[in-house]
Amino acid sequence: MKKTGSQILLECLRLEGVETVFGYPGGTVINIYDDLMDSPITHVLNRHEQAAVHAADAYSRVTGKVGVAIATSGPGATNTVTGIATAYMDSIPMVIISGQVPTPLIGNDAFQEADMIGITRPVTKHNYLVRDVKDLARIMKQAFYIARTGRPGPVLVDLPKDVQMDSAIFDYPETVELRGYKPTVSANPRQLNKAISMILAARKPVIYVGGGATLADVSDDLLTFAETIQAPVTTTLMAMASFPQTHELSVGMLGMHGTFYANMAVTESDLLITLGARFDDRVTGKIATFAPHAKIIHVDVDPTSIKKNVRVDLPLVGMLQDVLPRLNEGLLKHADEVQEVVAATVGWREQIVKWKEQHPMAYKQTKSTIKPQYVIEKLRELCDEDAIVATEVGQHQMWTAQFFDFIKPRTFVTSGGLGTMGFGLPAALGAQAAFPERQVIDISGDGSFQMNSQELATLVQYRLPVKIVILNNNFLGMVRQWQQLFFDKRYSQTCMELPIDFVKLAEAYGATGMRATKTEEVEEMIKKGLATPGPVIMEFKVAREENVLPMVPAGAGLNEMVLAS
Amino acid sequence: MKHTITVLVENEFGVLPRVSGLFSGRGFNIDSLSVAPTLDPSISRMTIVTTGDQKILEQISKQLNKLIDVIKVIDFTNQNYIEREMLMVKVSAEAESRAEVLRVADIFRAQVVDVTPRSYSLEVTGTPEKLDAFVELLRPLGLKELVRSGPIVIGRGPKAWRSVD
Ligand SMILES: Cc1ncc(C[n+]2csc(CCOP(=O)(O)OP(=O)(O)O)c2C)c(N)n1
Repeated sequence: MKKTGSQILLECLRLEGVETVFGYPGGTVINIYDDLMDSPITHVLNRHEQAAVHAADAYSRVTGKVGVAIATSGPGATNTVTGIATAYMDSIPMVIISGQVPTPLIGNDAFQEADMIGITRPVTKHNYLVRDVKDLARIMKQAFYIARTGRPGPVLVDLPKDVQMDSAIFDYPETVELRGYKPTVSANPRQLNKAISMILAARKPVIYVGGGATLADVSDDLLTFAETIQAPVTTTLMAMASFPQTHELSVGMLGMHGTFYANMAVTESDLLITLGARFDDRVTGKIATFAPHAKIIHVDVDPTSIKKNVRVDLPLVGMLQDVLPRLNEGLLKHADEVQEVVAATVGWREQIVKWKEQHPMAYKQTKSTIKPQYVIEKLRELCDEDAIVATEVGQHQMWTAQFFDFIKPRTFVTSGGLGTMGFGLPAALGAQAAFPERQVIDISGDGSFQMNSQELATLVQYRLPVKIVILNNNFLGMVRQWQQLFFDKRYSQTCMELPIDFVKLAEAYGATGMRATKTEEVEEMIKKGLATPGPVIMEFKVAREENVLPMVPAGAGLNEMVLAS
Repeated sequence: MKHTITVLVENEFGVLPRVSGLFSGRGFNIDSLSVAPTLDPSISRMTIVTTGDQKILEQISKQLNKLIDVIKVIDFTNQNYIEREMLMVKVSAEAESRAEVLRVADIFRAQVVDVTPRSYSLEVTGTPEKLDAFVELLRPLGLKELVRSGPIVIGRGPKAWRSVD
């Protein structure tokens, strides 16, 4: 039997196991929305297309499935671009469906036409313009396959209105044939053996873990690996939750706002075992002084990541799901030598403990004014172990990375690569849609919150009980910090002069709002906020000019940190 | 340093901007690019000439490989290969220079493809260096218009780059 393009699209989604999509209707997707009424797929109506993409992105980040968002042509589609770029930078598997004007009108500056293939080319893993309904099923199959395999990423499918209305026999292909795309690489055994020899020869090894480990779901293998060789583990922002931050081998985050001990460990290390990380400039600081004494092993599924920023002594192209278990097996075969390494690295671990004692993560507590770090510590103490935390971008995001000890994988959702303010609230929404029963918290600043605050309406409408923590400093705090440190305290356009009543804002949307202004109120309010049903805004008036420390100034080496006094 | 890269791609619309975008996105100039279908009409072969440092070229080559529509990337830079480019040129050929133009054409084995009382159009193939020399000799005689195809290359020896191996 023949089906229309829009029916085929929804069938493909269903066959790909998609249960929930996020989106916003309009003229060129009206057929899809009509057929959606007869489809088992749940649709969440966000209040902005950017938010719909962030929500679908976070849905993917917490479930590991491909996130799906739908937008209409023109302004709807261009609104998705920040969301797509955010997902692209963090390698999140997504399929974005954009409506397009009918094929005969493409290129005519038709009403609500935008060249989405051109616009999204640099921020998608791949994109498709569907010109014939007969190609739609194959393209959808490929889109999902490309999104989720290899180094994952967003794929956009631009679907003209006439293609949605045309009919074809529906036949979903079982396999994908893409001769230019062979993503499942198995690591070269000789390289693997070399890696093992290097590990067995190391005396100051450090395991440096990136977002690839989160995406590959290898937390268990990583734990085994680290415990076997007893090496300290440092994680990037994208990998905080892939290794328990409470583990004795954890040294927390490295880089610009990393811990003293992580940055010292990397600087002194003689072997850096890099797993699914990409040596971002926020991580390395000045390249010339990054891990100067270390040999570098770099495991990554994406060959373009290897040797892009730093020299690499042993490249290992492969999937972590394949490489880590094989490394662990290999080490098992060398049990005696492993024991020797563990014994020979006692001094190294002692050194790390010394660094931890010398400069632990700390802040100065005050009697009355609330310290933002304190709120985060308390939150960790009081929320569930598997609570999902999303953040916006700014100081609050860094404090979350520093002071919220993540334990379970896929519980930390943050925009790392692009650093998109306005990500957190819709991301929390998407995470809550995936796990209605779990605690989901958005940690936000007053600035970022206002970039997508319209999503309060979506939360209330769909009864998604996200708890929003606003660390309100009345500043665009992170930029203000840079102005304080590097621009003589000239606070150009970073003071949010109009104070917002976030409690009233919550109430206007039918959510609950509460506010704390003193340290002593923090604990009670977090307890109350977490226990209150439905979406809640917990606003904390925090110390206005608190800084995120340690900090490696831009362009400096990791060992040139400005430390908390 | 000059690099000549051959890229086998799916013969589909929209592939060219993906490829060229990788270069422009990194501030790299494409000196020349030629593209046409291969023996297998579903595959097109691009020959790209660019200049740049080895490390960045390695990145670009990896990035090209990463494109879904790219089937194979061959960097001929350090290989044994044959390179040819085609050139067509319109030269003024008034009374006194007419013979000289033909003499130069003859030396370079160029064909006369169009003749008018005031001009010749010539066609020649060869290595880019040969074409450069040809152009320099014609320049004083009055070059009116010049068009070059950009080089295409093929490896020496029996090994063939056709599609997926
Ligand atoms: C969309 C977007 N615009 C601008 C920036 C630059 N930026 C980075 S952090 C920041 C300040 C964020 O302020 P706020 O959300 O209040 O958080 P705080 O730093 O005060 O915790 C700004 C403006 C950004 N990251 N994203």
